[in-house]
Amino acid sequence: MRAVITVVGKDTVGILSGVSEVCAHNGINIIEVSQSILQELFCMIMLVDMEGATVTFSDFSDELKAMGREKNLQIHAMHEDVFNTMHHV
Amino acid sequence: MINTRDILETIQMIENENLDIRTVTMGISLLDCCCDDIDKSCGKVYDKITRLAERLVPEVDAIEKEYGIPIINKRIAVTPVAMLTAASGGDPVKYARTLQKVADTVGVNFIGGYSALVQKGFSAGDEALISSIPEALACTQNLCSSVNIGSTKAGINMDAVALMGKVIKRSAELTKDDNCIGAAKLVVFCNAPEDNPFMAGAFHGPGEPECVINVGVSGPGVVRAALSKIPGADIAEVADTVKKTAFKITRMGQLVATQAADRLGVPFGIVDLSLAPTPAVGDSVAHILEEMGLEQCGAHGTTACLALLNDAVKKGGTMASSHVGGLSGAFIPVSEDAGMIDAARSGCLTMEKLEAMTSVCSVGLDMIVIPGDTPADVISAIIADEAAIGMVNSKTTAVRLIPAIGRSGGEELNFGGLLGSGPVMKINTASPAKFISRGGRIPAPLQSLKN
Repeated sequence: MRAVITVVGKDTVGILSGVSEVCAHNGINIIEVSQSILQELFCMIMLVDMEGATVTFSDFSDELKAMGREKNLQIHAMHEDVFNTMHHV
Repeated sequence: MINTRDILETIQMIENENLDIRTVTMGISLLDCCCDDIDKSCGKVYDKITRLAERLVPEVDAIEKEYGIPIINKRIAVTPVAMLTAASGGDPVKYARTLQKVADTVGVNFIGGYSALVQKGFSAGDEALISSIPEALACTQNLCSSVNIGSTKAGINMDAVALMGKVIKRSAELTKDDNCIGAAKLVVFCNAPEDNPFMAGAFHGPGEPECVINVGVSGPGVVRAALSKIPGADIAEVADTVKKTAFKITRMGQLVATQAADRLGVPFGIVDLSLAPTPAVGDSVAHILEEMGLEQCGAHGTTACLALLNDAVKKGGTMASSHVGGLSGAFIPVSEDAGMIDAARSGCLTMEKLEAMTSVCSVGLDMIVIPGDTPADVISAIIADEAAIGMVNSKTTAVRLIPAIGRSGGEELNFGGLLGSGPVMKINTASPAKFISRGGRIPAPLQSLKN
């Protein structure tokens, strides 16, 4: 399965590397990254492939959420299908 | 890749606007559990439901985690228990206790189907079941009961209407130390849908398959938020915005429904496209109506706004799901909706206005607290009025009233959780006793002759 990770919060050093590191040590491949900064608010969207993941999706999602709390960021990981279903006819 | 704006919109809906899947309800037929010994029959009921629903809660929890969509309730709906009572005889409360035991074992929030369908008259088992409802609801926590007393095809069974007034009152009396909660788990229908996933009215109709997954969506907060972004728009644009939002909400329901059905190896039944409020701030249908431009829900104009909302939800949702059913529309349960509670407290929302609103909403007089000393025949007359609206308009109407035993105007009942709290509403108590005591059946209207 593929998942979409969104990160929203105040721009600080090391957000991208932090999230990438969580993906890497769980064997999750990053396919695409887009990021923008809107009025100091950092917003990053990542598409990842869970094929080779060494953890379950829910553990991965919990780990990202925990990191988000630590760095004061809102991080969500959701199944790609949620967005495809909701926004594509 | 998916559009960034779309992704953020979805996250916003879930995080800040209370978008959730309200319920995944498994419908189970119990017709093959009937036998002439009630204890054997109860044993079969327990075995069958626990076998089929064993994985319901864990699988739905897994979907919730994997997709990141909150799924609030997992429920079971069964064949109307009056049908089992017809075959087995005996005290129907035994079935109630069995179903409670099932709910405890499989971990569902509610189990519905302590029901009887008596729109045209009572058959074996029906009267025994209806009379046992107060006791059944008092001795269980998670059981829900419903009785269908009328339909467009059959007319209104006034004997059942008279009986239900007493049953509602008795249900409240037996649970008076627990906020009269018994009456909150009992709903009286006209034109009851057989595939409704929402409680308290869910049951698994006799025309349904062996086992099926039905899903109810929610999302009043999302609709309100979408409308708040177009403050000056004309009313057609308002309707369009509701339609688009309902489409997105329903797509989410369709995704969860097909996933749940696949994983449980059970056919997918329907998605119920309902805007179901909760008492949480930001999850109110009344606030949508207020966003459309009313000072408070209950003001003149409320019925028109609700009609628009109900219709637009259906139009938007229909295309988003392969099968639509259940109640589908906007719910207006007073105690479960923060905006309705406020409007009822301030006196802006009255019983008469609520009745008018039910002619265009998807359900009926729902979760309304009435004075505890209301005579049973007045409750029956309220049911008759509501059923007449459903019968003539070929729509589902329902009555879920909670007589607040020992309390009167100005006081409140607090059920907690999704059931919320509500002020005792003023009702007209001029006596309909003679009308109710006549009994018999109101003939089906001309609308029933469609063949």
